[in-house]
Amino acid sequence: MAMTTSEKTASSQTMNNVEAVRATLYEALKNDDRVVILGEDVGARGNVFLITKDFIDEFGPTRVIDTPIAEASIVGIAVGMAMEGLRPIAEIQFADFIYPSFNQIVGEAAKTRYRSNGEYTCPLVIRTPYGGGVRGALSHSVSIEALFYHVPGLKIVAPAFPADVKGLLNAAIDDPDPVLFLEHKKTYRLIKGDVPNGHYTIPIGKANVLKEGSQLSVVSYGLYVHWALEAAQSLEAEGVSVEVIDLRSIRPMDRSAILQSVEKTRKLLVIHEDNKFGGIGAEISAMVAEEALFSLDAPIRRLCAPDVPAMGYAETLEHEFMSSPAKMAATMRDLARF
Amino acid sequence: MKTTSALDRRGLSDDHLRELFRTMLLQRQLDNRGFQLNRQGKVPFALGSEGHEALQAGAALAFERGKDILAPYYRDLGLCLGVGMTPYEIMLSIFARAADHNGGRQFPNHYSSKKLGILSFSSILAAHIPHAVGAAYAIVYRAEKGRAVLCTCGDGTTSEGEWHESVNFASVHRLPIVFLVENNLWAISTPIEKQMAQPEIWKRAAGYGIPGKRFDGFDPVETYACVKEALERARSGGGPTLLEGVCYRFLAHSTDDNDMTYRTKDEVTENRKSDPVPRFEAQLVEAGVLSEEEASAMKRAVLQETNDATDRAEAMPFPSATDLYENIYEGAWQPWQ
Ligand SMILES: Cc1ncc(C[n+]2csc(CCOP(=O)(O)OP(=O)(O)O)c2C)c(N)n1
Ligand SMILES: [Mg+2]
Repeated sequence: MAMTTSEKTASSQTMNNVEAVRATLYEALKNDDRVVILGEDVGARGNVFLITKDFIDEFGPTRVIDTPIAEASIVGIAVGMAMEGLRPIAEIQFADFIYPSFNQIVGEAAKTRYRSNGEYTCPLVIRTPYGGGVRGALSHSVSIEALFYHVPGLKIVAPAFPADVKGLLNAAIDDPDPVLFLEHKKTYRLIKGDVPNGHYTIPIGKANVLKEGSQLSVVSYGLYVHWALEAAQSLEAEGVSVEVIDLRSIRPMDRSAILQSVEKTRKLLVIHEDNKFGGIGAEISAMVAEEALFSLDAPIRRLCAPDVPAMGYAETLEHEFMSSPAKMAATMRDLARF
Repeated sequence: MKTTSALDRRGLSDDHLRELFRTMLLQRQLDNRGFQLNRQGKVPFALGSEGHEALQAGAALAFERGKDILAPYYRDLGLCLGVGMTPYEIMLSIFARAADHNGGRQFPNHYSSKKLGILSFSSILAAHIPHAVGAAYAIVYRAEKGRAVLCTCGDGTTSEGEWHESVNFASVHRLPIVFLVENNLWAISTPIEKQMAQPEIWKRAAGYGIPGKRFDGFDPVETYACVKEALERARSGGGPTLLEGVCYRFLAHSTDDNDMTYRTKDEVTENRKSDPVPRFEAQLVEAGVLSEEEASAMKRAVLQETNDATDRAEAMPFPSATDLYENIYEGAWQPWQ
């Protein structure tokens, strides 16, 4: 179970997601001198969200590298560093700017081990803030996971809670293969939680059952996990029992956690902020249809963004694109009644 | 380009000059073998490097084995031979056998060897340039003295954004790297004048604030001298250099290309007149470095070596079908099926 209490213990600290990223990066720089951070404005400015603030003073410009504005080479140079034994953590300032580096992520990083038959490897972390609901308009709100989750050789994580952020970021840094680390920017300061002190990891590829329930299974990740949890809790009063699964990792995906839950509740709702067509929900639905069709008592439902290019800047446009705890609750209620 | 002129040995010993010539002969022989095997229906694909022999042998001689890192591209057969790859390894790649460095996964000519410091690269043009820069960064980061990266690519590849981004970053950080462009005037069917308005690639160096130089890529000794100077500058903290060796692609782009659809036989014949292999042979004989008998004996030995490597590699097994599932991630990983 995730830690959602704000209780402070001697062995843990309460922090938000941005602080969890910052604390983990700091410890990584401190504990492993192979670790370098590179990206736009990560040095003197300390990243646009101040995640790496003052790191450059303590660790120097050789380890905290302000790069030219050139995303393909930010990732590409990090790939070369990784091939030669460093542990680079590359930052793409906003996920919307990751497209120029698509080639390096998909064509190079994800295939380094495979194409050299294991002679070279690419232990690389690419961090990037993604997601909307922050009036970020077309080009500061995008979800990118579906563009990458098709790619074997790559791992993708999208934690929602500070304790998971730390555990999964540590796991990503320790991982011998490339990991795309997605940070939902609306959760950055919104979501607080207890984070254990010291080094620990949460295995990549393991989902987390946040709330047990008996009537339907909800699978989500990122910001929407929080809203789904809120919706599920509100339905308790109506006697609707919803199980909520936080995927945490998108690739590899915890298929058995999903199947186990669906076999118990016999109904599945996948919720994500990314648009529906070809999204993560499509794969989960196909997988459940293949493996557990006869366990289902209702058609699989997906609650996702509409199939439009992006959310707009105007409040009305953003609002229409984004879901809400109320919309989620309505869909859950509907499916429970089916 | 010069056709024949007296040998200027730039301080190279007879042994070094003979080594240069031998690498050039071996490159051409192995190159031809790939095409023969393709015509015999034994391999589906071959890609030649005829015309690049002098450039690659010269550059390889400047490379320090066991120290420097090579980030090559697919036309670098001679460069890889020159830094220590064996004909047998080359033939394993051509035959896509299990014992090949990448286990028969990549196209031929995508040589890599961790042992020799040759980085693995894909077929995606210019994608390896930032990797070379990252490797150069790692050298500086670990304060490893006297090491540098030699990064090559074709003329057409310099049009890619990643090329620019990488040279720019390396220049900002004054990294120990030499960008060596093998300008053979063609990128498949696209001539240099359609690739860039200003066709002297080395001149771009000024825009990055680094030294640049153009040289005759048909001259192995001049190539050696230029690459050595640049590598030494890199190794001693002097930063990157952009080098442009001008050569010519004598063959079609690959076995899947017919160059007579876009360039004339006359153009090829004209350039053949300065073929670096016979030209260098004539220079060595004239300078008394090599007798004609020695040259013939060397050619026979290289042919024998190629035959042996071919037979040995051909007899090796293909990767097993289940190798498809290996080395996706570290450890045992069961891909979905
Ligand atoms: C990104 C990318 N675009 C296109 C190609 C197809 N392609 C392969 S080789 C080549 C020409 C490259 O020319 P140049 O860089 O001059 O090298 P050369 O083959 O002449 O040695 C092209 C267009 C590719 N492999 N990768
Ligand atoms: Mg070319």
